[in-house]
Amino acid sequence: MKLTSKMAFIACTTALATPTLADEVEVLHWWTSGGEAAAVSVLKDDLESKGTGWVDMAVAGGGGDAAMTTLRARVTAGDPPTAAQMLGMSVREWADEGFLGNLNEVAAAEGWDDVVPTAVQAFGKYDGNWVAAPVNMHRPHWIWGSAKIFEELNLELPATWDEFFAAADAMEAAGYVAVAQGGQAWQEATVWEAVVLGISPDLYKSAIIDADEDALRSAEIVESFEIMRRIRGYVDPNFAGRDWNLATAMVINGEAGMQIMGDWAKGEVINAGLTPGVEVLCGVSPGTQGAFLFNTDFFAMFDVGGDKAAAQQNMAASAMSVTFQEAFNLAKGSIPARTDVPGDKFDTCAQKSMADLAEATAAGTLFGSLAHGHGQPAAIQAAYLDVVTQHFNSDMSAEDAAAALADSVMAAK
Amino acid sequence: MRTLRRYLPQLTLLPSLILVAVTVYGFIALTVVLSLTRSKMLPRFDRWEGFSNYAKVWNHPRWEVAMENFAIFGVLYIGGTMLIGLMLAILIDQRVRAEGALRTIYLYPMALSFIVTGVAWQWIMAPDLGLERAFQIWGWESFRFDWIKQSDMAIYCVVIAGVWQASGFVMALFLAALRGINPEILSAARMDGASAPRIYWHVIIPALRPAFLTAIVVQGHLAIKSYDLVVALTRGGPGYSTELPSTFMYEFTFSRNEMALGASSAVMMLILVTVLIVPYLYSELRNDR
Repeated sequence: MKLTSKMAFIACTTALATPTLADEVEVLHWWTSGGEAAAVSVLKDDLESKGTGWVDMAVAGGGGDAAMTTLRARVTAGDPPTAAQMLGMSVREWADEGFLGNLNEVAAAEGWDDVVPTAVQAFGKYDGNWVAAPVNMHRPHWIWGSAKIFEELNLELPATWDEFFAAADAMEAAGYVAVAQGGQAWQEATVWEAVVLGISPDLYKSAIIDADEDALRSAEIVESFEIMRRIRGYVDPNFAGRDWNLATAMVINGEAGMQIMGDWAKGEVINAGLTPGVEVLCGVSPGTQGAFLFNTDFFAMFDVGGDKAAAQQNMAASAMSVTFQEAFNLAKGSIPARTDVPGDKFDTCAQKSMADLAEATAAGTLFGSLAHGHGQPAAIQAAYLDVVTQHFNSDMSAEDAAAALADSVMAAK
Repeated sequence: MRTLRRYLPQLTLLPSLILVAVTVYGFIALTVVLSLTRSKMLPRFDRWEGFSNYAKVWNHPRWEVAMENFAIFGVLYIGGTMLIGLMLAILIDQRVRAEGALRTIYLYPMALSFIVTGVAWQWIMAPDLGLERAFQIWGWESFRFDWIKQSDMAIYCVVIAGVWQASGFVMALFLAALRGINPEILSAARMDGASAPRIYWHVIIPALRPAFLTAIVVQGHLAIKSYDLVVALTRGGPGYSTELPSTFMYEFTFSRNEMALGASSAVMMLILVTVLIVPYLYSELRNDR
C-alpha cells in the first residue's frame, strides 16, 4: 500500500515536471488535427535529424484558448516552454510582459529581414528585436463558391456586393441556401472585416487598425452594418452556433452557394476529396481585390536559460527554413511567411494569395486581421466582436450598431 | 502518548482544515485582491486599480445580459425544479405500482453531467434535427420550435434542459421528506374531516420545510455556478444572448486578457450566492432552534 502510493506520487511529480534537457525544445501548440499534426512533425523530424529533441505539448481545442490558458499557468509558475504557437497580438502582449527571448542572431544569420513582409515583421519583432518566428500567412477574406451551383445558374464569383446580392437572389430563387454562415462571434467578425476592407482599405486602417473614433462613427461603418444586415437575410435560420467547417460542408455538398471564410476552409475541401479552385471555387470577398488581410502563426520564443538557447535558435532556424515553410503550408492551406518560397507546388488559390500578397505589400494595403488576432489586443478585439455579433443576431439598426461599436471600442481602449 | 491521544482528533482534522483554508478561503482572498489590481493577461500585484473594476463590470453590456439571464434562469430553474419535483414526489407517494422503477427513471438524469444534458438537448431543440423536424415529418407541418436559434428565447432552452436534469433530484429530496412525516398526524387530520388538498396544503407541505431549504440551497448554488450547461447547449449564443455570470467570468479572465475584470465578476458571483442563500439559511436555522 505504502509502496504503491509512493510510486503514484513519483509518477505524478514526473508527469507534472518534464525537465527539458539542454538539447531539447518543448513546444506548446494547438495543431492537433490531421493535416496540421503532420505539418508539425515535419519540423520535429527535421530538428531530431540535427540532434535536437522535441517535447511535444499539444493542447487541443478552442482555437488556441485552451493552449493559451495552459501557457499562462506555466509561465505564472515560472516554467515557460521553449516555444509556443501564438497569433500576432499575443506575441506582442507576451513581449510586453517581458517574457520573450531574443532571436536577433539567428535572424541576422538567416536574413529574415529581407524575406518576411514588413507587416508580419511588425508582430515578430518587439522593440526592434526578433522575438518570434512566423511560419505561415492565412488570408481570412476569401469567398468560397459551389462550382455546381454557380455553373447551374450561370453565375460568376461576385467581385462587388451588388453582384454578390444578385447571385444570392438567383440562388435563393433556385431553392438553395445562398450564404453558408457559421454562428460564432469570430465567424461573423470574419465577414464584417471583409465588408469593411471591401468598402475601402483606408476605412479598414482608420476604423480597425487605428481604432479612430471619427472613423468608427462614420457613415461608411454604418454602411458596413447595412451590408451585414443584408447578408443576414440570405443566411438560413439555423446558423446560430454552427461551426465554420459545417458551413463549409454546406458549400462542398452543394446545399449552399457561398461562404466567406479564411483559407483554412481549403483543408475541408481537400479532406472531402475535392480540389480547391475546381469543385469549390475560390476568390477574394467582394471589393477586396488588391488588399490583403492576414493572420500568422508564430513560434514565440520564451526567455529560457542560456543552456537551452542553442536548441531554441536551432528550432527558430528550422522553422524559418524554405523547406519547412513549404511543407508546412502545403499541409496547412496557408502560404509561407517568407516570400521567397517557390509557389509551383501550391494550388491555384494559394498561388493567387501569393501574387496578391506581393501586390498588396507594394500598395501598402496589407493589414492584420481583426477577427484573427492581428488587428487589436484581445480586450479591444473583443469589444469589436461583441457589437458585430450582437448586431448580426438581433434587429439592431446599422446606426445604433455603429454608435455602439464606437462606444464599446473607446471604453475598452 | 496521552497527549497524542488528547490531540488526535485535532491532528486528524488538521490536513483537511489547512487544505480548505488555502484552496477555498485563501483563493477567495486572492481573487478579491486580484479584482483590485490592473491585471490583464497575467496576475500582477504591483499596479492597483481599486474598485473601478467593479464599475466597469456593471457598465458592461455583456454583464447586463448575464444578470438578466441569471435572474430568468435562477427563478425559473429553482421554481421549475421545485414545482415538478414536488408534484412527482406527491404522485409517487400514492403507493403506485413499480415505484422503485419510476423513482430510478426520474432520478436518472441527475447521473448525467451537465455537458451530456447540454449536448443532448442541443440536438433535441435544434430545429433542423430535433423536435421541430420530427413533428414536421410526422405530418404537423406548421410546427415550430426554434427557440434555441432566437436571441430572446434561447435562455428558456437552458431553463428547460436544467429543469429536466434536476427535477428528479428534488423529487427524491421531497419523497424522502414525505416518507418521514408521522402517519399519526395524517390520520388525525383525516379524522377531523380535512380533504386531501387541505391536508397537503396545511399539513404535509409545511412539514416539508427542511426539504425546501435543502432544495433551494442546492439548486440556488447550482444556478449561479452553472457554466457547462450553457457552454454545451448554446455556447452563450446566439450572439451573447445566453451569457451567464460564469461564462462572463471565464471569457474575461481567460479569453480577453482582462483578468482583473474577470476576478471582479467572480467576486460579484460570490456576493450573489451569499445574498441569496445566507438570509434563507439564517431564518430557517434560527426557527429550528
